[in-house]
Amino acid sequence: MQAEFGGNQSSYKGSEILLSYRGNVTDELFDAILELAEHKLDQEQTTDRVKRKVFKVLVESLQNVYHHFDDFPMSNELFPVTFSLEKDKLTYSINTGNHILLDKVEALKSFIDGINEMNDGELQTFYRDRLGNGSFSENGGAGLGIVDIIRKSGEKIAYKFRPVNEDYSYFSLQVKVSA
Amino acid sequence: MNEFYLEATPKTPKLHFNKESGEFEISGRSIPENSIEFYKPVINWLDNYIDNPNANTLLVIKLEYFNTSSSKCLVEILRRLERLNSSHKVDVKWCYEEEDEDMQESGEDFKEIIKLPIEMVIISD
Repeated sequence: MQAEFGGNQSSYKGSEILLSYRGNVTDELFDAILELAEHKLDQEQTTDRVKRKVFKVLVESLQNVYHHFDDFPMSNELFPVTFSLEKDKLTYSINTGNHILLDKVEALKSFIDGINEMNDGELQTFYRDRLGNGSFSENGGAGLGIVDIIRKSGEKIAYKFRPVNEDYSYFSLQVKVSA
Repeated sequence: MNEFYLEATPKTPKLHFNKESGEFEISGRSIPENSIEFYKPVINWLDNYIDNPNANTLLVIKLEYFNTSSSKCLVEILRRLERLNSSHKVDVKWCYEEEDEDMQESGEDFKEIIKLPIEMVIISD
């Protein structure tokens, strides 16, 4: 049981999986997933505005995983990274999953809870402060990616942490974009 | 030194920084995984330009989309121009498509953060 959201464990019945991936991530794979996702979205019967939003959230979500996942050895049971793009009626959901070290869980959890509670104005101020102060890690982090995802999707994000062993937790994130 | 030019790719923007005209352009899509590495050469070029700048400099940003790590690099570029603007004239045009509210919002973010005349320009399809 890997993906807490999406994939075979989709949280809603009747959703259509447009794209799903489980495995390791490399630069090449990442590019291929993006290209495929863009192609899939091109074929969707929705407005350009929604396609653009879904693509932006998808890029940011994938890059968030790419920069922040903690190396986890692949086994038959557990995949280092999972990703899916699904559709249910007029709502698209972008689901990512990755392993993170247990000692990072609390900080990440309280960070997401904090920004999930912010209204649009507070999110804007928070984002501008962080961007303007230039307090970034080498990966461009400072949680700006997650803030950007929430601003663009216009919805709160859902997440789960599931302990995998004494060192790792499996972190799943779901972002929705509605038409 | 006269110009810095890079063709656009599906993940990186066209960069055309021209010393002769003082016109700089960043256009297309900017979603590289490692934005710092991508923007480093043009930022170095810009540092040299600032040592001996034109009287007028215009930066045109016409991005379809950029990721969070690129936004940090855009701040780096704009901060340099902000300093240049204390002694030389610098203008920035932020171009976006009319219905693209995310790019409009991003432009407004930069207008708020950076003390430079940033003109919002709507591109019609």
